[in-house]
Amino acid sequence: MAELLYFTELLDLRVYDLKGRRIGRIADAALVPLIHPVRVDRYLMGGGWTWLNIRYDQIRSISRDGIQLRDEVLTPHHDDEYMLRIARDLLDQQIIDVNGRKVVRVNDVTFEIRKENGCDVLAVLEVDIGLRSMLRRLLQGLLPRGWIRRLQTPIVPNSIRWEFCNIVEPDPQRRLRLNISNEKLERLHPADLADIVEELGPEEREAIFETIDSEAAADALSEVEPKMQASILESLETEKAAEIVDEMAPDEAADALGELEAETSEEILEEMQAEPKTEVEELLEFAEDTAGGMMTTEYVALRDSATVADAVEALQGNEDLLESLNTLFLIDAEGRLAGAVPLGRLFVAAGATALRELATETLIQAPVDEKQDRVTELFDKYNVLTLPVLDEEGKLAGVITADDIISVLRQK
Amino acid sequence: MLKRIRLHIAVFFTVIGPGFITAMVDNDAGGILTYSQAGARYGYLPLWTLLPIAILLVVTQEMNSRMGAVTGKGLSDLIREEFGLRVTFLVMAVLVVTNLTNIMANFAGVAGSLELFSVSRYISVPIAAAAVWLLVVKGTYRSVEKIFLGACVVYAAYVISALLIEPNWREAAMASVQPVLMLDTAYIAMVIGMVGTSIAPWMQFYLQAAVVEKGITERDYAESRIEVIVGCITMTVIAFFIVVACAGAIWAHGPRDIHEPATAAQALRPFGKYAFVLFSAGLFNASLFAASIQPLSTAYSVCEGLGFESGVNKRFGEAPIFYWLFTLLIAIGAGLVLIPGFPLVRMILLSQVLNGILLPVILIFMVRLINKTELMGRWTNSRFYNTVAWTAVVVMIGLTLALVSINLRDVLGK
Repeated sequence: MAELLYFTELLDLRVYDLKGRRIGRIADAALVPLIHPVRVDRYLMGGGWTWLNIRYDQIRSISRDGIQLRDEVLTPHHDDEYMLRIARDLLDQQIIDVNGRKVVRVNDVTFEIRKENGCDVLAVLEVDIGLRSMLRRLLQGLLPRGWIRRLQTPIVPNSIRWEFCNIVEPDPQRRLRLNISNEKLERLHPADLADIVEELGPEEREAIFETIDSEAAADALSEVEPKMQASILESLETEKAAEIVDEMAPDEAADALGELEAETSEEILEEMQAEPKTEVEELLEFAEDTAGGMMTTEYVALRDSATVADAVEALQGNEDLLESLNTLFLIDAEGRLAGAVPLGRLFVAAGATALRELATETLIQAPVDEKQDRVTELFDKYNVLTLPVLDEEGKLAGVITADDIISVLRQK
Repeated sequence: MLKRIRLHIAVFFTVIGPGFITAMVDNDAGGILTYSQAGARYGYLPLWTLLPIAILLVVTQEMNSRMGAVTGKGLSDLIREEFGLRVTFLVMAVLVVTNLTNIMANFAGVAGSLELFSVSRYISVPIAAAAVWLLVVKGTYRSVEKIFLGACVVYAAYVISALLIEPNWREAAMASVQPVLMLDTAYIAMVIGMVGTSIAPWMQFYLQAAVVEKGITERDYAESRIEVIVGCITMTVIAFFIVVACAGAIWAHGPRDIHEPATAAQALRPFGKYAFVLFSAGLFNASLFAASIQPLSTAYSVCEGLGFESGVNKRFGEAPIFYWLFTLLIAIGAGLVLIPGFPLVRMILLSQVLNGILLPVILIFMVRLINKTELMGRWTNSRFYNTVAWTAVVVMIGLTLALVSINLRDVLGK
C-alpha cells in the first residue's frame, strides 16, 4: 500500500534544498483542478519575507520528516484564481458528501504519496471528518507527528473519498476556473438534494440552483420547504427562475409562486413558456386551503367512448407523467367528468374493451372550493389515490394526489 | 395603506420569535437574582443602569440576528470557518462549562421557587428535567416556539406583582433617568453585575441559530430587527419591575442582602398572597424556560462548530453526540442541584466568571465577522455602527473583567 500523508502533517513540514539545508516550511498546498484533478500542483513555502511557490516537479521526495527538493529555483507566490488551496479553501469549510448525501465539514485531507518519474508527488485521496481527524487538528504542532499517528489509532477513521466530494463555490467565475461542476448533485434523489440545500447558506443554495439543470432543480425545489422556495426563487435571475418553474408540476409551481411577492411572481410568470404559464396562472387564482389550491392540472383524461387501446396510446404520449400516475379519467363531450379508471385494470382487459366498463362504481369527486379538511377526509374515508376536482360547471379542472395530502397532514 | 400596515403587522408576527425569546430568557434565575439583590440592597437607585443595558443588548443582539439572516449560518459555524478548528474547540469547551453552570443555576431556581410552596426539590427537579428533555426531543420547532412564546407572557407576573406592592413610582421614575455613582465597592460591583449578567455568551449563539432555523432572510430582516429591539426593551422593562418590586417590598422596610431569588419572593408575603405567588411563579417560569433553552442551544452550537450531525429532527443514531451532549447537560445540571451541601452559590458566581471570560472573545469575533464583506456583502456595519459596536464591546469587556475580578475574589476568598 502506498504511504499516506495527512495535510496536518504536511503543514509546517521542513523543506530542504539540494545541499540538505533547511530553507523553509510548508504553509499551504494547492491543486489546480484544470491541470490535474487530484495531484497537488503547488506547495506554498513560508521562508524569509515572502511565500515561495514550489512546483510539484521540483520535489524529489516527500515524507513525514521533510521535503527534499531537486530543483531549487523557486518563484515568489502569486495567488491565482485557478488554485484550490487546501488550508484556505477546503479546511473547516462545508462540502457535500454526494455518497452519504449530507453536508459535512472538513477537518483534514489525506494524501497518498505516489511516484511520478522517480519522484514523490501527493495525490488527494480522502477528505477527513469525524473525531480522528479532529484529534490531529487539535494536536497538530503540539506533539511530534509520529506520536499523533499512534494516539489516533484507536479511533475509527471517518473519511469521504475525494471523488464523492462536491465543493460548493458561490462565485461562477471561480467555479469555472476550479473546474467544479455540480453534475454529481443532479444524480441525487431530489428529496436528498433538497435536504442538502436546506443545510447550506443562501449564497451556496443559489449557486447550486443556478448550475444544475432546470429539471433537477425543479424536482429538488418542489421538495424544499415553502418559505425557502420563495427565497431561492427570489435570489435567482428571473430567466433561470422561470426555467425552473416551467419544469415544476403546475400545482407545485403555483404554491411556490404564491409564496412570493406579487411583483416578483409576475416577473417570473412573464418569462415562462405559454403552456405551463396559463396552467399555473389558473391555479394561482384559487385559495391555498381549498381543493382548487391543492390540485394539479397534470392528469390524463379521455373521452368516455375510448377503449383500452386508446388509453395505451394516450399514455405513450404522456411518458413523463407515468411515474406517479394511477388513475385515468373519463369525460363527456362537454368536458364533464364521467368516470375514473384505476390504471391497474387496463392490464387485465382486452384492447377493445370500453374504458367505461372498467370505471369504478362510485365516483368520488370534489368541487374547486371544497375546504382542505374536507378533502383530506375524502381521501381517508374512500381510500382514493387521486381525487378529481370539478369546476362550477362540473368540468374536470384538476386532480389532487395522495402525496399532496401527506404533505398537508405533515405540516399540521 | 391600511392593508399595507396590516401586512407589516402580519409579517412581524411571523418573524416574532427568536429575538423576543432570547431577550426574555436573559431574565433567567441568575438575572432575577441580580435584579432582586439590586432592589433589596439599594432600592430605586440602580434603575438608571437599565437604559444603557437596553442599548448594549440591542447593539449586540442586532448584530447576531443580522449575521444569521444574511449568511444563513450559525455563529459557531462562522467562527469555525473563519478562525479554525482549534479556536472553535476552545470556545466550545468553555461554552459547555459555562452553560452547564447556567443550567444548574436555573434548576436551582426551579427548586427554590417550588420549595416556597413546600414541594421538595427531589420531586420538582427530576420532573422539570424530564419535562425539558421531552419537550425538546419530542416537540416540533413550531410547537416548541409557541410554548416558549407563551412562557414569555408569564413574565407579566412581575409587572403585576410590582403593581400590587404599590412602590413609590415617583422615586422609581426619577431614579430611572438619574445616574448615581457612589464610591462604594459593593455598589459598583452591583452595577457591574447588572450589566454583566444581561449579556451572556450563550445568547449570541442561541439567537443567531434561531434566526437561521426560522429561515429569516435578508428580505424579512427589517421586521426581525424591530423584533430584536422590542424584545430587548421588553426585557429591560421586566427587569425594571423586578427591581421596583424588591425596592418597594424589601429596601423600603430596611435594606438587606439576599442570596437566593426565592428569598425575594418570600419577602413579598406581607403584601398579600398574590404578590408572593406571582413573583414565585415568575421565577419558576423563567428558570424552567431558560433550563429548556440553554442545553439545546449548547448542543447545537457545539455540534455545528465541530461538524457533528445535529438537530432534533434527526434520530438518536444519526446524531449521537448531539443527543448525548443535550441529555448530559440536563442530567448533570439537574443532578448537581440535588447533591446535599453542594456549593451552589459559589458555582453560580463561578459561572459568571466564566461568562465574563468568554464574552469578550465572542464579542470581538462577532464584530470582526460582521465586517467581512465576503460574508456580509452590503450588510456589514457602517462606520457609525462600528463605533457604537466597538464602544459597546470595550464597555462590556471592561465591565466583565471588573466583574470577573470581584467574583474571583469572592470565589477564592470564601
